[in-house]
Order: sequence, then C-alpha cells, then structure tokens
Amino acid sequence: MDSTASDTKDSPINQVSPSDAENDASQTTHQITLPEKPIVVIEPSKGWIPVDLRDLWHYRDLFYILTMRDIKVRYKQTLLGAAWAIIQPLFTMLIFTLFFGRLAGMPSDGIPYPIFAYAGLLPWTFFSNAVTNSGNSLVGNSNLITKVYFPRLIIPIASVGSGLVDFAIAFGLLIVLMIYFGVGFSATLIMLPVLVILTSLLAIGIGMWMSALNVKYRDIRHALPFLIQLGMFISPIIYPPTIVPEKWRFLLAFNPLTGIIEGYRSAIFGRSFDWFALGISALITFAILFYSAYMFKRMEKSFADII
Amino acid sequence: MKPIIKVENLSKQYTIGGAKEPYSTFRESLVKAARVPLNAFKRRNKENVDNRFWALKDINFAVEPGEVVGIIGRNGAGKSTLLKILSRITEPTKGKVELYGRVGSLLEVGTGFHPELTGRENIYLNGAILGMKREEISKKFDEIVDFAEIENFLDTPVKRYSSGMYVRLAFAVAAHLESEIIIVDEVLAVGDTEFQKKCLGKMKNVSQSGRTVLFVSHSMTAVQTLCNLCILLEKGQIKSFNKTNIVIRDYLNTSKSNYRTFDKGLKWARITQEENNIIIECEYDLKNLIDIPHLGFVVSNSLGSPVFASNPSIENLDFSIYEKTLKGKITVIIKQPKLLDGDYWLSIWFGDSKENFFEEKDALCFQVSAMTKQKQNSQLMVGNVLPLCEWIFQ
Repeated sequence: MDSTASDTKDSPINQVSPSDAENDASQTTHQITLPEKPIVVIEPSKGWIPVDLRDLWHYRDLFYILTMRDIKVRYKQTLLGAAWAIIQPLFTMLIFTLFFGRLAGMPSDGIPYPIFAYAGLLPWTFFSNAVTNSGNSLVGNSNLITKVYFPRLIIPIASVGSGLVDFAIAFGLLIVLMIYFGVGFSATLIMLPVLVILTSLLAIGIGMWMSALNVKYRDIRHALPFLIQLGMFISPIIYPPTIVPEKWRFLLAFNPLTGIIEGYRSAIFGRSFDWFALGISALITFAILFYSAYMFKRMEKSFADII
Repeated sequence: MKPIIKVENLSKQYTIGGAKEPYSTFRESLVKAARVPLNAFKRRNKENVDNRFWALKDINFAVEPGEVVGIIGRNGAGKSTLLKILSRITEPTKGKVELYGRVGSLLEVGTGFHPELTGRENIYLNGAILGMKREEISKKFDEIVDFAEIENFLDTPVKRYSSGMYVRLAFAVAAHLESEIIIVDEVLAVGDTEFQKKCLGKMKNVSQSGRTVLFVSHSMTAVQTLCNLCILLEKGQIKSFNKTNIVIRDYLNTSKSNYRTFDKGLKWARITQEENNIIIECEYDLKNLIDIPHLGFVVSNSLGSPVFASNPSIENLDFSIYEKTLKGKITVIIKQPKLLDGDYWLSIWFGDSKENFFEEKDALCFQVSAMTKQKQNSQLMVGNVLPLCEWIFQ
C-alpha cells in the first residue's frame, strides 16, 4: 500500500468530522454497533489476486437468477422456442450423416454413423455455445458492470450454466436415437455426469478467459466463431480418432476435447474408457481453468473503465 | 463515534484520449509487446505526462453511522468516480477505503432490468443484482409491488411498461435494500413529481432508520431536504465538507456568479434582476463580420430543469436594419414570465445565423427575490413561474 502518513499534510480536510450528531434527535434514536474490522476494504490491487470463493458463494443467488434469466430470455419471441436446442445438433447430424457418413464413407467404429456423430455433436454443441455465450457475456452485460458491484466471474460462469438446459433437452433426443438404433443402455452411462462437469469446467475456463479478453480486445468477437469452427474439425466429432495415423495420434491428446468427446462415446456405447486420454483432458482443463481465473482476476479491475 | 466509512488519500487516475490505450486492438498490443524491450524507458517518461489526469486526488473524509451526506459539485468534479470506487465498480489508483457495513449502491435506476422479463421476474433479477438474497426479496415482494403501484402488471414484460411504471418499479426494488450503507446517484431526477416526493420520503425513512446514505445530486433542493452534511467536490478534490446549507451556499456563491468574463468571441455576460424584469447583458468582440449577433439562452431552475428559453430567431427579429458588426452589446429584457424566488441558472449560446461560436451550459447563476408575492409554496409543488392571468368571476 502507498504510505498514508506522508500524504496527510497535503490534505487540508483530513478526517473532518463536522457532525453535530448529538443535536439531531432523529439520529441518536437508532444506534448501530459497528463491526471491529471493516467489512470491505477498497484498495488498489497488486500482484496475484486470488479468486474470492466466499464472495462467489455469497452471490450464489445472483448466479442462479442470471442463469435463469439467460434461459428464460433465450427463446423469448421465437416461434420454435426450446426446440432450437434439438434442431441445431439434429440437423448438423443429418447433414454430416449425408456427407461424411454416406458420401465420404467415414468410418465410425462400427457404430451407425448418425448416432456416432450425434454422440459427438451433443457435447460439442453444448461446449461451443457455452464458450460463445460466455465469451460475449461480459461485453453483453456492460450495463451491469459499470453500475453495480458483484464478482464479475459470475457472468461468464452463468452463461455456461444456462447452456446446460439446452444440453438436457438435446440429451432427450439422444435417448430416442439410442432406442431407435438399438444401442443398449450400459452401466458406463454413470460416467456422464462427470463428463458433463468436465465439459462445463473446460467451457468456463475458455469462456471466462475469452470474455475478459473481449472487454479489452473486441477482436475476440470476430475470432471466436472462427476458432470454434476450427475446434470442431480438430476434435473427433465427425471422425473417430482411429482414422488419424498411429504416429500422429498423440497430437490429438493435446486437445482436451478429444478425451472428453471420446469419453461421451464410451459412456453412451458402453465401451471401455481411455482413462489416460481422459486424465490428460482433465489435467489440461484444470490448467486452463486456473490460468483463466488468474488472467480474469488480473484484468477484472479495469473492466468498468474500459468496457 | 467511530466512522462507518473511512476514506484515506483516495485517488483515481484515468487515461484521456481513451481511443488510444483502453480500447486497443489485439494487433496493437502485439506490436507493443514486441517493442517492450526498446520502449521500457521511453514509455515511462512520455505517456505518464500528457494523457493522464486525476479524476480524484487525495480524498480524505469519514462518515459516521446514520449520517446522510450529500455530494455536490460541477460536472466532472469527480462525484461519479467517487461513488464508483465506493461501490467497488472500479478500483482506486491510490489510497484506501474502509467500510464497516454492507454497501448497496444505486447508481442507475433499473440496472439490469431485462425488457423481455416480467415485472415479477425483474424484481428478483434487479434485487439479486443489487445484492439481495432471494428469500429477502420474497419477504419484501409485496411491499415492493405496493410501493411501485404495479400490482396489475406484475406478469407483463417490462418492455410494455410506461416509462413511469418502469422507474417506479426500479426505484421500489432499490428502496428496499437492507444494507447499512446506501449510495445513491441522481436517481430522483426521473419520474413524475408525485413519485419523486414519494422517493424523497422513502429516502428520509431510510436515513432515520439509522442507515448511512451517500447521495449525489444536482438538485440542491433534494440535497437540502435529505442531507445533514454535504461534501463539495471540485476538480477531484474536496473543497468543503460541512453542514449542508453552508456547503450549498459556498457552492452557489463561489462556483457560480451572475457575471463572468469569457473568451471565444463573447467578452462577458451578466444576468440581473431589476425590479420585476430579468436582464441579460453581454458584449461580443469578433474577428469576422457577422450578420446576426445570435444570442440564445435557457434559464433553468436549481434542479437543472429548463424553465424558459429564447433567441432572436424565435422572436423573428428583423436584422436588416442593423449593420454588420465586429463588436457590440446585446441586452435582453425579460418581462414575462415572472420567476418565483430562488436560484436559477443561465445557459448561453452565441453565434451568427449559421453556427454557434460559444456555448456554455449553466454559465451564470442568479437569484430572484420578491419578483412575485408568491412565497408560501415549495417550487417542487408549483413550478417556477407565475403566469400572467386574467380572472373572470361570474
């Protein structure tokens, strides 16, 4: 902190208290006992700023309400409403099935191509929407950021949270497809919640980083859709990782989505999990999460000034 | 008594010419990063000097619990910056603030209201944004709806609300905040008079319940009614901190007068009350000949609302009888309407028939006394002017 003692001579009005509280009857009637220590200390922050989890927890209601707002607002004044949550992956699946499955004859590990693709598209749609929404969330909520305090992290996280509803709806279609294609329900499905959490954490990690960068560099808004499109092709969504030549396959592991998406397929089709790939994905996810949180906290203090 | 708000050496620096630094593109930053080794010394010396200014500089004050402190000052004096720092929206550059209570801040009416959501949903949304818990909002829900007078529209999206309803609802939510410290910025300027009165009343209740209020306003009337103490900010520093009427008197006397000299063509301007007329005089001295010395003015009340205005083109004056001039004096004698007692502001525009060379809002301040016999009513209730009436009783 800057030294306070040396500056006092410059301030003629240092600690003036011209109150005549005793003259004011209305004021002495209500005495408030003040806490010993200040509840809030406002100072310029320096260096490494940890994420204040207690503060985040304190604002959990805001998190819930912002998530609900995003969900409620998303399909307001649309004709098809929540059906959009299904239309997006369903039609992508149909087109992929036609072009990659039928025309290009893409292998699909012996699983019918439509459901193979859908099993990849389901987490991908969730992930890409979450990252897009999250990345644009701070800029989209600039009116809040310049007018009221709350932990800013809530905004990008809530954007990811609201995507879970779409995911749940799209998951309903997966069950229909599983029944239609005769894919049995296997015990591996219990891994799904873990995979959903992992996908969410990865989306939060990338989303909050992008959202913070977006405040300063509006380039992100243009770069994001492009990067996401790229992400779709470097992740095993339309193809199985097995089509990549053995000696290059390790490159796929650097993409945390590889392990996660293959994890979804293992869970849905009852195959054994590639724990090694999943472990790497989890590791990278947490690394991104911590790095993003660090970057976010560093940039957070200037949000209100530059947004 | 121990203060609930303690502010020490608080300073905030901004970079001006915002386009350059704060809103940069990725490319610029990359280029900059590449140049860092070269520029390490240069940057320090150059950029620090010009394009930075202190919005707040070494602010020190302390507020005791239960006090209602007004913060006044001209535009750009640092009022909003101070509130933003106290509300934790932006960080100070230097200094420290200690708050011994929870802060609820109301810097804007209806922050975060979503037009597509219903009144009911927005109450929860806005409440949560202001820092209330869901159960807290539920507990106060009826009270809020009552205060806002929108019972019948609870399930209508707020985009279909009239602006009055919107403001009422927004203020109602904020008025039910339970924090020990409440920070309010100029929110009473909205809504109709009836509701403004209600808000003022609510604010008074809040302060009487022992909570501490910081209140920024341009309305001296509102500050006077609400605040026992007042801070006057000028150029980012505290000019005075004292009892409200003393500070307001200082403010009106020192920062504003009824006579000022200018450059930019207009040499000086003065406004005075002579008997029952208000007289505006000014002298101009220009480099180029002009066809019409075009003086426009607006008289506003102490709340900042315009009362009346005029200029030569409104009056349809014939300028062909005057010669083109470089210098001259203009006198405006305002005979009607009569103003009620109080402080008023004069905004001035000066130019020719095509453009304005000079404009200054609230350039002069003047006092009106005994122009009318009307004294008993607050101008909040009856307005600022006395009409010229003819009464017929039959």
